[in-house]
Amino acid sequence: MTIRHPTGKTVNVKIFLSNQGNLRNFKSFARSLDLSNPDKLVISTHDKWVTVHPANLVVAAALAIQAGKKNTEIIGKVPETGRYLDRMGLYELTKTPSPFIYHKKEEAGRFVPIKIIKTSADQSRFITDVIPLLHLSEENAIVVKYIIGELVRNVLEHSFAKDGAIVAAQYYKKTNRVSIGICDTGIGIWKSINTYWHPKNDIDAIKLALVPGITGTTRREGGTSENAGAGLFFIKSIAKITRNYFVIYSGSAQYTLLKHKKRIKGLPRLYADPNRDPHSETNTVPRFQGTLVAVDLSLDETPEFNYLLSNIGDIYDKSIRERKRAKYMTPKFI
Amino acid sequence: MKKTIKMGKIVNDFAENKDIAKKIRVEIIMPALSKGDEVVLDFYGVSGATQSFIHALISDPIRKLKDVAFDNLMYQNANNDIREIISMVYRYMQESLDMNKDEE
Repeated sequence: MTIRHPTGKTVNVKIFLSNQGNLRNFKSFARSLDLSNPDKLVISTHDKWVTVHPANLVVAAALAIQAGKKNTEIIGKVPETGRYLDRMGLYELTKTPSPFIYHKKEEAGRFVPIKIIKTSADQSRFITDVIPLLHLSEENAIVVKYIIGELVRNVLEHSFAKDGAIVAAQYYKKTNRVSIGICDTGIGIWKSINTYWHPKNDIDAIKLALVPGITGTTRREGGTSENAGAGLFFIKSIAKITRNYFVIYSGSAQYTLLKHKKRIKGLPRLYADPNRDPHSETNTVPRFQGTLVAVDLSLDETPEFNYLLSNIGDIYDKSIRERKRAKYMTPKFI
Repeated sequence: MKKTIKMGKIVNDFAENKDIAKKIRVEIIMPALSKGDEVVLDFYGVSGATQSFIHALISDPIRKLKDVAFDNLMYQNANNDIREIISMVYRYMQESLDMNKDEE
């Protein structure tokens, strides 16, 4: 997509923030990215209305940090709803001054603006000090802490991203939902998992990473002393049980867990194999050097966390037992 | 001898920092269990924990010390969520112990 720059030149837009920025439409967002030159970033928005999921926001922020403030700008007409980009801290990562004037105390909302987490101490501080900004009940806060705790740790441990983990979250009152996006510009999932598992492409790497018990640090069952390979499976399962979208984007691949339909009664069934979950996948989106993980969490649909853990744990055990059984010797019938 | 580790004083409200888990495991749990001491992990004041944290804390003692860990590692004041995660780690570590033993 091209747009006329204030200087009069026509420039290529690298990121377009549309009026439909939710996880359901994440694939369109990813497809529209132009990632050919990581050293320069041009962001534009829909001229009448802009809706941004934390997923889109953290991708924009991660790429802005990678390109550097002086090489990043927001151009074109930004509508009034673009004020949100300022509140979430995107303008601060660009050389474009914010056109929005408001007092900081007007920021009374339930959101976590773009944060950069580079160390485990940063992560602990973030969990303790920043999650309360969402003003969630204790029970719901635990789930959000859990999700962010696991996902940020994945970045710090496996991504080798020099810019750390970029995190943002938003509570939506109307739908009683929390949306979370976590992004890095590190080595990506394929490279992270390739040492032991050799997936043939990015989408296979993502799906392997979603299988409980598969970790990029060993092939041994039970993992290493520090890794069990359960983190992403847990988060995907939380999204499924709470009937929400879950997205991973890494390399040229994107996996989206589709929303479990409300008309289907009972708790959604969990599967160890991500192929069995209703999902969409592609291996042909613009190549993103890094990883994005995003999830929505409907607080109305969230059962007791303990119940969630128990269900997820059962599938984890079952998955190990099935792998064990797959290695059994079989009788020779002649 | 019994060694009690007050987790709430080390990890704050929510236990997710695996570096801390590793430090507790390497510096306190493993040496104490190896000496034959009992270790009590007291979760008073801890409202939640990630599976990664608990794995980093106790999977190695289970894998390396097996029955010694099962007999001498104990948990106090763990709420239901933390109990569920600890139990999960116990289950999958035992499943994988059997499996890895079979492969040896």
